[in-house]
Amino acid sequence: MKLNIERGALLKSLGHIQSVVERRNTIPILSNVLLEGEDGRLNLAATDLDIAIGETVAVETEEAGGITAPAHTLYDIVRKLPEGSQVELYYDVDSGRLTISAGRSRFTLACLPREDFPIMSEGELPVSFKVTGVNLKRLIDKTRFAVSTEETRYYLNGIYLHAASDDNGEAVLRGVATDGHRLARFDVDQPDGAADMPGIIVPRKAVGELRKLIDEYEGDVEVSLSDTKIRFSFADIVLTSKLIDGTFPDYSRVIPEGNDKNMEVDSKILAEAVDRVSTISTDKTRSVKLAMQAGQLNLSVNSPEHGTAREELSVSYESEEMEIGFNSRYLLDILAQIEGDVVQVSFADAAAPTILKDLTDEGALYVLMPMRV
Amino acid sequence: MNTEPKTDQPTFCRDCLTDIQESSSSCPNCASPRLISHDEIHDLNIAHIDCDAFYASIEKRDNPELNTRPLIVGGGKRGVVSTCCYIARTFGVKSAMPMFKANKLCPNAIVIPPNMKKYSDVSKEVREIFDALTPIVEPISIDEAFLDLSGTRKLHGMSAAKILCMTAKKIEREIGITVSIGLSYNKFLAKLASDMNKPNGFSIIGRSEAQKFLATQPISKIWGVGKVLNSKMNRAGITQIGQLQKMELRKLVKDYGVMGDRLYYFSRGEDSRVVTPQNKAKSVSNEITLEQDISDYNILKQNLWRLCEKLSSRLKEKHLSAKTVTLKLKTSNFRTVSRAVTLDGYTQMAEILYDQGIRLLKPECNGLEYRLIGIGVSNFSDDQFSDLPDLIDRSKENKIKAEKAMDKIRGKFGAGIINKGRNFT
Repeated sequence: MKLNIERGALLKSLGHIQSVVERRNTIPILSNVLLEGEDGRLNLAATDLDIAIGETVAVETEEAGGITAPAHTLYDIVRKLPEGSQVELYYDVDSGRLTISAGRSRFTLACLPREDFPIMSEGELPVSFKVTGVNLKRLIDKTRFAVSTEETRYYLNGIYLHAASDDNGEAVLRGVATDGHRLARFDVDQPDGAADMPGIIVPRKAVGELRKLIDEYEGDVEVSLSDTKIRFSFADIVLTSKLIDGTFPDYSRVIPEGNDKNMEVDSKILAEAVDRVSTISTDKTRSVKLAMQAGQLNLSVNSPEHGTAREELSVSYESEEMEIGFNSRYLLDILAQIEGDVVQVSFADAAAPTILKDLTDEGALYVLMPMRV
Repeated sequence: MNTEPKTDQPTFCRDCLTDIQESSSSCPNCASPRLISHDEIHDLNIAHIDCDAFYASIEKRDNPELNTRPLIVGGGKRGVVSTCCYIARTFGVKSAMPMFKANKLCPNAIVIPPNMKKYSDVSKEVREIFDALTPIVEPISIDEAFLDLSGTRKLHGMSAAKILCMTAKKIEREIGITVSIGLSYNKFLAKLASDMNKPNGFSIIGRSEAQKFLATQPISKIWGVGKVLNSKMNRAGITQIGQLQKMELRKLVKDYGVMGDRLYYFSRGEDSRVVTPQNKAKSVSNEITLEQDISDYNILKQNLWRLCEKLSSRLKEKHLSAKTVTLKLKTSNFRTVSRAVTLDGYTQMAEILYDQGIRLLKPECNGLEYRLIGIGVSNFSDDQFSDLPDLIDRSKENKIKAEKAMDKIRGKFGAGIINKGRNFT
């Protein structure tokens, strides 16, 4: 294999690919990126056996062929080459090494044969639909902060994606995530072809990789899935991931229905105030107390070692006086996802789950468990 | 390092603290041969103080008849040596050695089961003496501590080295045990120094000789280089700290991850850790060496439950809750297996610890025989955050309620008044 490519284009693709590769691997080939050059194209691929990523980039091919080379090392080399330089990748079958040359720099890397590179079998992916990059990004951003990291509850270690109908009876594509302390539910318009999809749990790592890849992408993303695999295709990238083999709990049971004490408040002002009062405690986790009375919200944090903090906000609240405590970080995580000006907070009592809604976006709903304060 | 007294080096007597000007092998004031001299002796402020054979020394203090006999403090046929006196050490007995091995090496040794209450009381007395020297005392176990004596010269009217010598004598006189002191300019070297001249020792490692001294030391002297890393590095041909001194930071970090950083700086005598007076525990654990090796999941489970109950009551007592649960197993051939899980929320409940513990235990019950089982927790918060109700797992809430009710009853009528059915199987 012998080919030429501009450094910037190669760096960009390698940047996408190497991110999937784990830093420590017990199986050597999983540290490698598969490089296959043919007909003016270079195909790059990497996998951790749960996620596989492939990308195609235009090159000048002098000699077709393929090889695998250490992904992180190759990426680091290309990253340090001078901007704008032309990079030559040459795999010499006799020496079994990959040579990378650019300007006066020359590197040779030990390789592993392309035949040993594990290809993830996708199987049949009967459901497929297109979703806009913007909607996919929102679906991820507004739910993934609530994904559980507790390995023994593996069925909560991802975003639950499924077809549903919202309160108005509209068909939606819905994402749900929870760690037992908070729950995030977000709807986007249901794309054509998604109605028959099974409920699937997309693992946290795949969500993270996908989110990075579509960060600057506005176009449509093609989603194909079965009940064990999901594939996202867009631009020249294909990301395939195994799905979590488990049953996501019936989340609708968790969303309370009788919360009748409503407070409406500017979400930015509330977030800033919560952030300010929690400065008092240096602990990793902090609780903030919310005391509501007509038209007024008092925020307070008490830290036995450090002192106290208080702040008063004008809010719209007409119900009876009540107090409730939350983990301030969890509250801030949710407020950060409220796009509109006003957040509606609905309480039942100090021990029951509270609902937070974005008044300008009916698709967004969050449930937060209170704590003793 | 301690050298023979030379006239050009500051020298003083460890017993009467007299400064000595001329070259001499004993103190002109009190005739003690215990002189100490070093160029930097009055400029070093970080000390590591280690009680010599702590448990054994206390037992000997309380029963002088034991003074001339080899003494092992430890437990049972299957237990391990907690501490052994210096006489027992001449037979090759070491701490943490299994009892049967120790008995074989030193059949005449007197074995006393440990009396932790007594040792912890003595430890508190020692601690009080340290606290009088400086506010910056960092205890690292029941019998050793780091002290930062920077800026105390005016207070004591003498250098750190001198006040430490006085303190050693004071502990010997008032408490009746001896300590070994290491004095240097950082924690790593202070700890190395205290180990150089045991018992009743006083050693110094100064800035000027640190690198040269370290060069010939085995890598296992570096804090954090345990059995596994040591043999990994040995396989890479690295046995002495001197070799690390010639290696690049990048290479070490690449090969050994976060430890690489430490290997690089420690080998060069640099340790940026400060003596931190907070003594909050980083982890709490309970373990038990089984009467015989066991491979049966159900029997291990029973032992695990009892450990979880103990651990949980310690956490409740200390008002702590934790996020990470670690199961520890030791196989019949002494290989240690540890498996950990980090939860989404904090817990202090025996039921939750047990739930997580058996999940970790189950896959390890694959026919291997274990001689020890333990459970520990880390990643703490106070109990305000412990066991908050879970949106998804409602059964958890009931378990927590039941346990809290049981704790209340125990609080009223005593610990043994109520138990789970599984305690009786």
